[in-house]
Amino acid sequence: MNLTNGNLRPILMFAAMAAALATVGVVQSWSLSLAIMNLCLISAVMSLGVNIQWGYAGLFNVGVMGFAALGGVCGVLIATPPVMAAWRAGGNGIIIALFIALATILAAIFIMKRMPDGRLKKLTFTAVIVAGFFLGRAVFDPAVESIEAIEPAKTGYLGGLGLPILLSWVVGGLLAAAVAWVVGKIALGLRSDYLAIATLGISEIIIAVLKNEDWLTRGVKNVSGLPRPVPYEIDLQQALWFQEWAGYLGATPVEFSSIFVKLCYAGLFTAVLLAVLWLSERALNSPWGRMMRAIRDNEVSAEAMGKNVTGRHLQVFILGSAVIGIAGAMLTTLDGQFIPTSYQPLRFTFIIWVMVIVGGSGNNWGAVLGGFVIWFFWIEAEPIGLWLMDVLTSGMAEDSGLRKHLLNSAAHMRLMTMGLILLLVLRFSPRGLIPER
Amino acid sequence: MDDIFNALILLSNFVIVPGMAYGSQLAIGALGVTLIYGILRFSNFAHGDTMAFGTMATILLTWALQDWGVSISPLPTALLALPFGIACTVVLLLLTDRLVYRFLRREKAAPVVFLIASVGVMFVLNGLVRFIIGPNDQRFADGERFIMKAREFKRMTGLSEGVAFKTSQGLTIVTAVIVVAALFWFLNRTRAGKSMRAYSDNEDLALLSGINPERVVLITWTLAAALATIAGVLYGLDKSFKPFTYFQLLLPIFAAAIVGGLGNPLGAIAGGFIIAFSEVTVTYAYRKFLAYSIPGDWAPEGLVQLLSTDYKFAVSFVILVLVLLLRPTGIFGGRTAS
Repeated sequence: MNLTNGNLRPILMFAAMAAALATVGVVQSWSLSLAIMNLCLISAVMSLGVNIQWGYAGLFNVGVMGFAALGGVCGVLIATPPVMAAWRAGGNGIIIALFIALATILAAIFIMKRMPDGRLKKLTFTAVIVAGFFLGRAVFDPAVESIEAIEPAKTGYLGGLGLPILLSWVVGGLLAAAVAWVVGKIALGLRSDYLAIATLGISEIIIAVLKNEDWLTRGVKNVSGLPRPVPYEIDLQQALWFQEWAGYLGATPVEFSSIFVKLCYAGLFTAVLLAVLWLSERALNSPWGRMMRAIRDNEVSAEAMGKNVTGRHLQVFILGSAVIGIAGAMLTTLDGQFIPTSYQPLRFTFIIWVMVIVGGSGNNWGAVLGGFVIWFFWIEAEPIGLWLMDVLTSGMAEDSGLRKHLLNSAAHMRLMTMGLILLLVLRFSPRGLIPER
Repeated sequence: MDDIFNALILLSNFVIVPGMAYGSQLAIGALGVTLIYGILRFSNFAHGDTMAFGTMATILLTWALQDWGVSISPLPTALLALPFGIACTVVLLLLTDRLVYRFLRREKAAPVVFLIASVGVMFVLNGLVRFIIGPNDQRFADGERFIMKAREFKRMTGLSEGVAFKTSQGLTIVTAVIVVAALFWFLNRTRAGKSMRAYSDNEDLALLSGINPERVVLITWTLAAALATIAGVLYGLDKSFKPFTYFQLLLPIFAAAIVGGLGNPLGAIAGGFIIAFSEVTVTYAYRKFLAYSIPGDWAPEGLVQLLSTDYKFAVSFVILVLVLLLRPTGIFGGRTAS
């Protein structure tokens, strides 16, 4: 690679990012530094997904949270052991209810497409939907009740398939892609605002389902203790080879095991990040990528050239959502637990947007850098903000109500800072840290 | 015969009255969204948080007034503080326009860039509100709580079910009527309002006729600020004030605006009531209603609730989807859909 001016800038920026992480390692602790880096890697994958939608095609997805949560729930559905008693109690009922729902939808679509227009069509359509709803509920409700009655403190849900959790990364991507297909079918081809609002809606609904359908996800009771793709610290600490290794490196086994586990995760995440990045770069620099950018820059002329704008938008929307879903599954894997209430739009949707826009929309390297930089600041802003508030208020009396309020509210400064960063970048450097070439 | 009356009373207590109040709140919120859309041509994602900001300003003055012992009982003190809240919000929105949107207008940026900028503004407002008043529930309603208590109604009519009519509900409906009348008078009768409509219909033609676009934008933000604050305060009085709830109100408000046709004020009002009544009717548990209206042992055992209240967003969303699929310009026809 020749180090012309255009290439030097990104390299310097990535080097600065690495230096910042190293500083945290030296000043705070290496374990913390690696923890931040792992989340940086996941954020980078997520922002690559958003960049595919926004940077390549100019689609505004406000439902990043929902697609990430869909990926996340796959960690539960794939990896946790099945609860056999629950399956025996209500499994059949759930499956029958799902079939009824599917049949209702298919029948409704069939009526929409095939019946001649008129009052009869509307009547049959409504009748089918209403009948399907009540029939489905009649089977579904008792099944749910019996599943949730089985050891509610420990299980109370159907459990998963007991497969390796890495598989959930693939399934999470596919599930997010499937939902994206439905949303895209409805909202694409209309004004750009409609996609934004539709994705906002679907993400709220996905989270509501995950919170309330206890039979599927245990709801707000959370699922913890998901199986891991990497060894457990406790096993490592007891293994002889590991103790020797730690001694050789001059660290205690306890300390080193935590770092080792995080490094394993980092390796897995880096592999995914590089794969997605490589594919995205290949796609962006292919005829397909040029076509996407042509559509983004001028839909009318691209359409006049015979490009199917809506079809391509649907394609790119599905691809981007799949990448977000994969990142969501990675996050659940790293956490080892699934907590529906942790999905907050500000944390999962808008931060990712800030990452993409700050990094440089349309540039994959920019999206990755944005993921790293913004996540780093999101984490480090809290100690910095607290320190800042402490300094600012140090002149006030120790028991001053205002001082207490300011110190307690320092956490909310993060939101404001993120918004300000977004607005400032939009205004003064709309092309981001690493501009599109 | 009493049973039928009881069933009807039950329905009006739990569906019609709350639906009317909630519908009015959504309608006022959607009017703000639709006005900004008509003039500035983007969906303002910061509207929910603008409502939260205006409500917060009102709440802070309300608390101060309560401390000073000022009261207009039986009406809630918040009404007295409302003009102050509106003034604060107007200043805030004009500031965001000056700092954020005016630059984009000069650049002739794409609508989606406005959308993203409004998300940035949303972030800042969200942080600001949580920073000042905190993320928790705040109650600020005072004065007489009920216009009519369920007990009084039962005594008056001798029925076993009663209608409770809260002050906040009555206030909401009355305010909504006043606000809507004033807004339509302004849009249809005054020079400024007519210039706004002209600008919304055809920007180039309006500019040619000598309408000052910056003035139109200024009026629009002022109106949006007033509408947002009024909607926010009414919602807060009726339920309670929590910043995150106001962010979540975005979806039903957008749904209302789109159902009625974005950019169409009449549509926004109709949309607000459509969304509100669908939400309330779908999440209401009909068991008691059916027990009254169906004779004998036919009454069902379960709650007969179509959807749990946790899924009320799904209702707005489904209506939104249906409108997008069947009639993307909205029921009353707003701006073009593509």
